[in-house]
Amino acid sequence: MKSLVRTDASRVWLILIVLTVVSWTLGADHAFGTHHVPTSLVIIAVAIFKIRLIGMYFMELRDAPLALRNVFESYCIVLLALLTGMYLLA
Amino acid sequence: MSVFGAVAIPRRGTAPSPPARAHVPGEPGLWIVLFGDIAVFTILFVVYLAHRGENAELFAHSQQALNRTFGAVNTLVLLSSSLLIVLAVRAYRSDQRRHLTPRLAIAGMAVGSCFVAIKIVEYHEMVAAGITPSTNEFYMYYFVLTGLHLFHVTVGLIVLLVLVGLARNTSPTLANVAFFEGGACFWHMVDLLWIIIFPLLFLVR
Repeated sequence: MKSLVRTDASRVWLILIVLTVVSWTLGADHAFGTHHVPTSLVIIAVAIFKIRLIGMYFMELRDAPLALRNVFESYCIVLLALLTGMYLLA
Repeated sequence: MSVFGAVAIPRRGTAPSPPARAHVPGEPGLWIVLFGDIAVFTILFVVYLAHRGENAELFAHSQQALNRTFGAVNTLVLLSSSLLIVLAVRAYRSDQRRHLTPRLAIAGMAVGSCFVAIKIVEYHEMVAAGITPSTNEFYMYYFVLTGLHLFHVTVGLIVLLVLVGLARNTSPTLANVAFFEGGACFWHMVDLLWIIIFPLLFLVR
């Protein structure tokens, strides 16, 4: 059981938990202040990084054929562009 | 850092070994469904941000009524459930560890079920405070996005229940393993969608 738990997936889970707490703290009222635009952009970027980790390590896309992996990687880039673009320009 | 390494592709119908490199998790057709679902949510995210831009004050003010703690805890819940399902998939592929699969899958489902319980409490609090989808545009998007996601969580939990049943099979075929991987990927997609919905609705101002 130990060898099953001590894997890359567990390390990725820990990173995801830490990033969630970081975003949560950033999003809290007291942390926003007058810099809510850069803070929001950081929160969006962290979210995209997190979904990339989920895709690559939990969904095991890093071991998938390049075409499937590229579709997912491209989606992450497009989503980052869409969300930041719409946030800033809409 | 590869978990699986280079191994031989198992013969059809025999107890499976870990997958070879360049392995499509689940059935290839499943990925069309997953990416289709993700695309629909992406359109909703863009529409939400477009309307947010038109009513920035209203959206920022309404966002204050949301309970960020519920949203964040639900993120931790889904991430932890996802990890348990990742471990269940890996155990299922291994002859030595397959006996751990039912316990891991049940634990993943139990932790995932907490999302639904927390969401019900969250909805109850909001409705008790007089907030419904018809209150204003922000809450309409809040209930549509979280409601649609909650539907996916429910479907995902049913899929996990099927995986628990499958996990009891001590001699799975390749098709069983592919189904198990596919079900797990659906559950990870549910997690992935929440990773975007939570900051978008609760945190980004």
